[in-house]
Amino acid sequence: MSAETRPGAAACTTKGWFAAHKWLILRRLSQFSVIGLFLLGPLAGIWFIKGNLASSLILDTVPLSDPFVLLQTMFAGHLPETTALTGAAIVLVAYALVGGRAYCSWVCPVNVVTDVAAWARRRLDLRGGVRINRRTRYWVLAMVPVAAVATGVIAWELVNPVTLTFRAIVFGAGAAWMVVLAVFLYDLFVAERGWCGHLCPMGAFYSIVGTVSLVRVSARDRGACDSCMDCYAICPEPQVLSPAVRGGETGAGPVVLSPNCTNCGRCIDVCAPDVFAFTTRFNTEVDDGDKAQPEVMRKAA
Amino acid sequence: MSDRSQPMDRRRFLADTARAACGVGVFGLALGLMAGQARSRPAQALRPPGAGPEDDFLGACVRCGLCVRDCPYDTLKLAALGDDVAVGTPYFVAREVPCEMCEDIPCVVACPTGALDPDLEDIDDSRMGLAVLVDEETCLNFQGLRCDVCYRVCPLIDKAITLESEHNVRTGVHAMFIPTVHSDACTGCGKCERGCVLEEAAIRVFPRHLAKGRQGDHYRLGWQEKAKRGESLVPGLVDLPDRLPEFKP
Repeated sequence: MSAETRPGAAACTTKGWFAAHKWLILRRLSQFSVIGLFLLGPLAGIWFIKGNLASSLILDTVPLSDPFVLLQTMFAGHLPETTALTGAAIVLVAYALVGGRAYCSWVCPVNVVTDVAAWARRRLDLRGGVRINRRTRYWVLAMVPVAAVATGVIAWELVNPVTLTFRAIVFGAGAAWMVVLAVFLYDLFVAERGWCGHLCPMGAFYSIVGTVSLVRVSARDRGACDSCMDCYAICPEPQVLSPAVRGGETGAGPVVLSPNCTNCGRCIDVCAPDVFAFTTRFNTEVDDGDKAQPEVMRKAA
Repeated sequence: MSDRSQPMDRRRFLADTARAACGVGVFGLALGLMAGQARSRPAQALRPPGAGPEDDFLGACVRCGLCVRDCPYDTLKLAALGDDVAVGTPYFVAREVPCEMCEDIPCVVACPTGALDPDLEDIDDSRMGLAVLVDEETCLNFQGLRCDVCYRVCPLIDKAITLESEHNVRTGVHAMFIPTVHSDACTGCGKCERGCVLEEAAIRVFPRHLAKGRQGDHYRLGWQEKAKRGESLVPGLVDLPDRLPEFKP
């Protein structure tokens, strides 16, 4: 892929490199800060937060627990103590606000790996590969509790690349790097965005959490869209864009409401005419007097 | 056109569904088998205080490592991928670093899920394993020497391990002091195994299910029943004289 056709090239020229990578940089900062905060304890003796993504404790007072992992223990037949339940409630509320899959793009360490794989895929111009239905992740999500009930063990955590990777970083690696490498190679050579966008049940779980989430991306200036398709090329879940970007023709609102959107903000970065912006799901404003005012349309229909 | 495309869509829907369900199902089966394997834990890997039976523990522990972080002696570690122990779960190896039996049990306090039983308030009540003197052939006390180290280091000395004196047949005149573990008091902390002076420990802590036998529920020991009742269960039993073979020179 030549430099001119690379997604975001136009945005780099019009907005400058930093503006065209703003959300990417912030996201990486966020992901590495999470890791850094957890490592402050074991490496520097500063115990701001301890534990790992499955369950943790901030300043020895505020508990955080992953609701997905905690649900597995419940399916395995264990009723968790209030500490873990409180922690899970805090996490659920937080992601219901900032977007369920913000977990994927702002916290999850595997996202860094799969983003690099996607970048390498574009750079090496690798196309095609195995096509997997994006709904498969919900099947995997359904399989996880079944496996927990059937075995009485939180079986998914034996192979979950997300928790394996994070635990490996914070507590010592073992053979976990092989899982990371496997996910990378799978995403690079086998299936495009194959793990996070198609199979990961944690992503599917947080998608469900995010069905009601407040913070959303809006294609509020969609009238300015020049159909360069850069957002589609860069988006890890490109199917979520169409209703919002093309909504002017169908009467749909400008907000990306699909729960599969990870709120990664890359569409905002790579868009030269600045069509996109972060907003709330209720802000259905369209900037340039777009003919499709969604509420009016809905009332008319 | 749309009439004809409908059955095709249904076909495709069913085929897609079957493909996804079966693919994930095969994967789930493999995962289930793997989970079964994960239940087998090597005998030297001991769980923290308050951990229930292995099956329950593997269902309750979220592998967060908070117990490991709060263990002041770095006894506990989290199983990494590739270790023999279920990945991410806490364990310790007594011969390396035994449990120091902290009175405030910080590992149990740290556990957010209750996988380590929060009702465990006295560390002496914990049952991490059970010490077993596995090798009489190498244990120095069994040779008639006074090593006694396992006995001396036991946090519950004279309760969990006692020294029982026996006649030393080899010398004919000395006593042997046999370290004897009592399962009603041993917590399985592993200090005896750690302390054993041999190259390979003669006393070892095993998970309790490996260390302990169990009599049939219907077993009745005559002398106990007699003591309970205060008299023989078969009153008026005639004790016949023992007949020995006649001595013929």
